[in-house]
Amino acid sequence: MKFMEILGDTNVDFMGLKKYAFVFSGILSLLGIIAVIGMFLGYANIGIDFGGGTAVQVKFDKPVRIDTAREALSKNGIEDAELQEFPMDNKLLVRLKNVIAADEHAADKVISIFRQEFPDNNLVVDTSMEIGPTVGKKLQKNAITAVVLSMIGIIIYIAFRFELRFGIAAAIATFHDVLAVMGIFFILGKEMNLLIVTALLTLAGYSLTDTVVVFDRIREYLRLRRKDPIEVIINNGINHVLSRTIITSLTTALVLVALVIFGGEVIHDFSLALLIGVGIGTYSSIFVASPLLLLSKGKKKKS
Amino acid sequence: MKKTLKWRVILLAGAIILAILFFLPSLPGFKAFPAWWKGILPSKPITLGLDLQGGMHIVFKVQGDKAVENSVARVANDIVEIFSEKKINIVSAKAENISDLVIRYSDTTKGKEIIDEIKKQYPGFSNERDEPGEAVFRLSSSEKDRIKESAVSQSLEKIRNRIDQYGVKEPLIQQQGTDELLVQLPGVKDPKRVIELIGKTAILEFKLVDEDADIRKAIEGEIPEGDEILFSKEVDPATKVVRQTIPYLLKSKSLMTGDVISDATVSIDPDMNEPFVSITFNSIGAKEFDRITGENVKKRLAIVLDGNVYSAPVIQDRISGGKAQITGRFSMEEAKDLSIVLREGALPAPVEIIQNLTVGPSLGKDSIEKGIKATIIAGIFVLLFMVIYYKLSGLIANFAMVLNLIILIGALAALDATLTLPGIAGIILTIGMGVDSNVLIFARIREELKAGKPVRSAIDSGYDKAIVTILDSHVTTLLTAIVLFIFGTGPIKGFAVTLSLGIIINLFTALVGTKAIYDFVNSRVKLERLSI
Repeated sequence: MKFMEILGDTNVDFMGLKKYAFVFSGILSLLGIIAVIGMFLGYANIGIDFGGGTAVQVKFDKPVRIDTAREALSKNGIEDAELQEFPMDNKLLVRLKNVIAADEHAADKVISIFRQEFPDNNLVVDTSMEIGPTVGKKLQKNAITAVVLSMIGIIIYIAFRFELRFGIAAAIATFHDVLAVMGIFFILGKEMNLLIVTALLTLAGYSLTDTVVVFDRIREYLRLRRKDPIEVIINNGINHVLSRTIITSLTTALVLVALVIFGGEVIHDFSLALLIGVGIGTYSSIFVASPLLLLSKGKKKKS
Repeated sequence: MKKTLKWRVILLAGAIILAILFFLPSLPGFKAFPAWWKGILPSKPITLGLDLQGGMHIVFKVQGDKAVENSVARVANDIVEIFSEKKINIVSAKAENISDLVIRYSDTTKGKEIIDEIKKQYPGFSNERDEPGEAVFRLSSSEKDRIKESAVSQSLEKIRNRIDQYGVKEPLIQQQGTDELLVQLPGVKDPKRVIELIGKTAILEFKLVDEDADIRKAIEGEIPEGDEILFSKEVDPATKVVRQTIPYLLKSKSLMTGDVISDATVSIDPDMNEPFVSITFNSIGAKEFDRITGENVKKRLAIVLDGNVYSAPVIQDRISGGKAQITGRFSMEEAKDLSIVLREGALPAPVEIIQNLTVGPSLGKDSIEKGIKATIIAGIFVLLFMVIYYKLSGLIANFAMVLNLIILIGALAALDATLTLPGIAGIILTIGMGVDSNVLIFARIREELKAGKPVRSAIDSGYDKAIVTILDSHVTTLLTAIVLFIFGTGPIKGFAVTLSLGIIINLFTALVGTKAIYDFVNSRVKLERLSI
């Protein structure tokens, strides 16, 4: 019987490549750690849902230059505004550290300044978001709790279904993926907000699925062929699920590309994080999670 | 084998029919369905989140301390009254440090009498300090908690009434934590107005203007004992910009408050063609107002709302009808909103906005259109890929994918879950995961076929081997989805709901759905070759 195949039977020595992989992953993880430290020190671009503050997005009828808008705001007493423009739709996003400006809500003030300074350019408010500092702290705490708990849950489940070393390897690989995407977002200067945290957790789930599929095959071979050296077993396992891994990653990536291009600005960064994450998740299940299994021997199980 | 197949086919068909019934109302053409259909079958479309239909999500924090302070201050006022009837002179009675009641009196021999009387009348207070001429009481912490709790529940009730009066479809108003109120208002067009309406404390007070003192000196800092300076803001009705603020020197004691109002309505002044709010007092209020106006003819009585002077007309004559008017160059909307807050009454404590997310209706519409477009494009990509790569089996996988979508949306509608934009992203992600399950199964079946097994047993053992992997991978993802659901808020929760539902439905369609089709085909014809 003939099948259409992207990859035929492969026999790549993935374990032989582990040195390069560890160097590459080390760099990615380091980037992620820098991003996390940067977030705590306030260098990273933290969304107002974590940091507190005001964000207003307005849509003008006619284009407004970002410099003109900044000038209009500072002339009326708003100095610390961060502006971002979406020139295709004449949209402008204004972010402020404060919720209240003088006597008025900062969001209202921004809007009335724009109305006053650009009287013949009609505007509608797309979104406005005001978040008090205590709420930001709470959301931040919730997000961290969610990450830690899901990690623990994953380790326990995989340790229960496989062996402890599989659980730990999967958790490290997943953590690596999250760090890597955070690092890349940090370099790209993208905003870290609640939606991006959702994306990170989703990709953690995705990357885990990928790792579990590979591990599943390795576990099967470990039981069947107890005489073979473990490197060979792992290599075989990865090679045999390789075509599935590539097809799944490709289809998921296709879906995400559609989201990035057509999904609109609200979920653009969210989808981008997932797209990068799918790439890294696929890489890590082969090059990070599997080699990590070599680090500890594990007990020879009698199936 | 034959028997279980029959049951599986029935289960599958039942799930499809049920899902379609729940899914139909969410389609745009459902309006045209006959009335009898809507009468007996599900007719509720899927609920869209605020990010998709536009609206406001506001979290208020009720300032409970302020409610405690207010209630201590009320006790302080009462104490002055009580002892003046007993001919004991109280110099001052004040609330301090939120829950302390400080009483100063001149006749130091009456100290014990005063303390005993207060202990008897107000058991919630304990005597903290007792010095000649000054006694300090403190409100017990259980009483403080009770006041705070009731401030939260009363605020909730008042805010709900104000929203009902304003008229918002399907608002969500609920307590969150100990002292927070969550208000979600879909489809609101004028967010600023709504915030002012529902967030206003709306304490109405009547205070006399102190006409004996010099206001200029008072502004420079020499405020006479028992007086305060409040301002009236003159706002340009068109631009809403404050044109000027006028200071008033008022006697601090409020003669009357808004809690005696029984009704408030908007009327139009025919001379000025400007709206004003006319208020009607209840019988106690009417009597009070009659007395106050009678005692203060030719003096100016300021009408103060939340510390802002609205107007300070001269009392021309005793007013006995139990009616008063509030003017202040209102727009029609402002007058209407003011009448609502006066009619529904003041909040027991001020509320502070700690979170406010507003999405304009145009962005929401834009997001839906883009979300649907992205879903369709992504769907076509995947459908095409599967058919090209897996031929007829790919078609079966595609059937499973469409089934996934229909069951998922039907389940969301049936569970009354809210679909948010991240929720749509979650749906698209489950498309990807659904495909993965089939890819896993097909890969295994191919391996079995390559090993030379006949079609039927290749399918069976392919499924058997893939099931383990599919279960493991889905359960781990489900774990993260559940954690997200528990700890996520707002949009994230929506995402977690669609993702977890999607995973469960995926499992169903992959393990029951497609297998039943293969088995059904197999039971009719003996397959020699498999298009996979």
